[in-house]
Amino acid sequence: MRQTIVRNVGDLPTYGYGPRSGPWWGAMGFMALEGMGFAIAIGAYLYLYAVNSSWPIGASPPDLWPGTAEVVIYLLSIIPNEFTNRAAHRQDLPKVRVGLIVMSLIGIVLLVLRGFEFAHLNTRWDNSAYGSIVWLILGLHTTHLATDLGDTVVLTVLMFTRHAKPRRFSDVTDNVFYWNFVVLAWLPLYALLDWVPRL
Amino acid sequence: MSVTADQRELRDDALNGLQLSTRLDSLWRTPSGFLGALMSVDHKVVGRRYIVTAFVFLLLGGVLAILMRIQLAGPEQTFLSPDKYNQIFTMHGSTMMFLFAVPVMEAFAVYLVPLMVGTRNIAFPRLNAFSYWMFLFGGCFLWISFALNVGPDVGWFAYVPLSSLQYTPTKRPDVWAQMITFTEVAALAVAVEIVVTVFKLRAPGMTLDRIPLFVWAMLVTAFLVMFAMPSIMVASTSLILDRLVNTRFYDSSSGGHPLLWQHLFWFFGHPEVYIIFIPGTGMVSAILATFARRPVVGYPVVILSLIATGFLSFGLWVHHMFVTGLPQLGAGLFTASSMLIAVPSGLQIFCWLATLWDGRPVYRTPLLFVIGFIVIFVMGGLSGVMVASVPIDTQVHDTYFVVAHFHYVLIGGAIFPLIGAVYYWFPKITGRMLGERLGRWNFWLAFVGFNIAFFPMHILGLIGMPRRVYTYTADMDWAHLNLLSSGGALIFALSFALLLVNVIRSLRSGALAGDNPWDASTLEWATSSPPPPQNFDRIPVVKHREPLWLDGESLPVAAGLSVDRREVLLTSLAEAEPQTREASPEPSIWPLLTALATTVFFIGSIFTPWAVLWGTPPMAVALIGWFWPAGSREDEE
Repeated sequence: MRQTIVRNVGDLPTYGYGPRSGPWWGAMGFMALEGMGFAIAIGAYLYLYAVNSSWPIGASPPDLWPGTAEVVIYLLSIIPNEFTNRAAHRQDLPKVRVGLIVMSLIGIVLLVLRGFEFAHLNTRWDNSAYGSIVWLILGLHTTHLATDLGDTVVLTVLMFTRHAKPRRFSDVTDNVFYWNFVVLAWLPLYALLDWVPRL
Repeated sequence: MSVTADQRELRDDALNGLQLSTRLDSLWRTPSGFLGALMSVDHKVVGRRYIVTAFVFLLLGGVLAILMRIQLAGPEQTFLSPDKYNQIFTMHGSTMMFLFAVPVMEAFAVYLVPLMVGTRNIAFPRLNAFSYWMFLFGGCFLWISFALNVGPDVGWFAYVPLSSLQYTPTKRPDVWAQMITFTEVAALAVAVEIVVTVFKLRAPGMTLDRIPLFVWAMLVTAFLVMFAMPSIMVASTSLILDRLVNTRFYDSSSGGHPLLWQHLFWFFGHPEVYIIFIPGTGMVSAILATFARRPVVGYPVVILSLIATGFLSFGLWVHHMFVTGLPQLGAGLFTASSMLIAVPSGLQIFCWLATLWDGRPVYRTPLLFVIGFIVIFVMGGLSGVMVASVPIDTQVHDTYFVVAHFHYVLIGGAIFPLIGAVYYWFPKITGRMLGERLGRWNFWLAFVGFNIAFFPMHILGLIGMPRRVYTYTADMDWAHLNLLSSGGALIFALSFALLLVNVIRSLRSGALAGDNPWDASTLEWATSSPPPPQNFDRIPVVKHREPLWLDGESLPVAAGLSVDRREVLLTSLAEAEPQTREASPEPSIWPLLTALATTVFFIGSIFTPWAVLWGTPPMAVALIGWFWPAGSREDEE
């Protein structure tokens, strides 16, 4: 088929930020399906809650301090996360490196805290349906947290190598965006796991 | 902020004709040799593999169906033992639903959507390759388990408590549950790729109201996958945890609830029907427009119907549970929504009939299959409205009436359009035409055989024959109808044998297709058959809904993409205005290695929970290898 050139796209940039970038939409897609996974797990929790006359079953509610400490750290983490985001948009490599290191450390601290949280659930996964669903939901979010931490650590290392090209700053902003989702996902889960058993 | 490109790189506006084609061909080609084949990230290569693998699973699932029909052809037969029958109907359902119907629709999307939206590759090509390997390994895992006599035997729905450790203490349900995880990972990956491809990789000018209807259908399907499949993943994960580490999700003595399984399963399972059916409607729209020689009537109506069907499909799952003792108000609501979904489906049917009515139909094989689809699907839809009603469902639940209904909607609604699509797009994929005479025989055998096989099942169900029984006694008066049904099944199977013969013959000596043998209107026909590795030498610019019909002999294109590195053009969501020129990943072995590591992780975890610990590091290493930019041209500068 004959072709007629009607426009030239040669002057376009080779990467973009946010909705102009492909990976950002990929992250959106994964957030949608992971968010749906959390919603389904929450639905399962509430279903079991509804069909049982006593809740929690054969256990006291989880100790509040690990989950609450996590909430505080998650909310505070938005500050260095946004700092990293702005530095990445300015393509300020030294500040991006600092931001990513801080975010990696926050992720590690949260994972350690998560270990304490499992230990303070006051139930085992095999005690009852209550224990099972609590461990499942916490396990899902822990996987979520661990994979994002892995991503952040790899990106951090990458930014200290010759691969810290301009378009990697777009990857950094996508990582920032995804972390906000990790934070946002935790808030309803915290309310569900730590406060619903106290109703 | 914007960064202008390095002016030193060579662009496609500096080359012309053969020089440009050759350069792009070498840039986008899959590396040669065995290792190169394993590294391929070309959506056409992956899509072809997906299609062929899914059809192999169709063949295997079809053989199982024939075995069941042989067993049921007469009363009190001993061709299959009850245990073997349980395994076979479980494998048939699982294979057809998880290894054929959903994957084959996504496979067509993987192959066609990038071509139809005018781009050079799918979004996230490595994820695409990974998804295929996961699908392949999951399917092989299930079938090897079956061959080793550890295949599942608890139905494709694996209801608890039958599938719990207490009642099935073997590994069979574990195999089923883990196969689900494999195939869902694959399906979810493809869904994200399709959404991003349609949102961001459309050709300039392909606004939302110029997207081909098949692409719209696949976009809606991808969203259904993304929102339905997490439910079955949560369900299968919790089932396997109950079986392997003694969780209590479904154990009623510890606060668990067996009906939770049905809610989770059918919250996925009913949208699943539409995940299979909606792509079929997209295929119908594409084929109808081409063979009616006019655009589909009511383009916006069809799109809104697709979206409405997608939304409503999430409000139906409880109609699978009408006899479980749910509150009557809930049953009433779900009856209403189950009947309501007939409305958007009906709207589409009327749009297609109007297209045929107002067009100049050319009755080639693809159109015959579409007409077969309309007839059979409408019949299936009518029995669907019947079982949406609680009183009728209460009577026919778990009888052959339901078996007849869902085979009418699934085979009518998906397989007939799919076979039509095979005849329609085979020339594009292979460069050769399928035989028309064999095609007509194929259609009539399929249409007649299908109806002889499945229509009697309505009657069998109404006179009380239950599903999932391996035999029946002679005094039940079911023998004649079962014999008729089995005969029909053999004729139906013969139609697939004809299709296979047609494909093999055409691959060897079929007539050459040319670029656009059907004089179709969409962009996949604007490139050669089969398409070159780069799909298009220059990215098309879309000015109409039917570009190849309205642009005449000269296709408007955009120039300026790099010919030094793989590049795709990203455009804005609504107006498809060019935004960026992003790099597209090179071939890589890491998706395969990641899939292998994940497979070891999944299968290992069936036998020991510790596999989660020792299975994680290889996956992490493989993922880092996948994402590390070594070898990328941009990073090697």
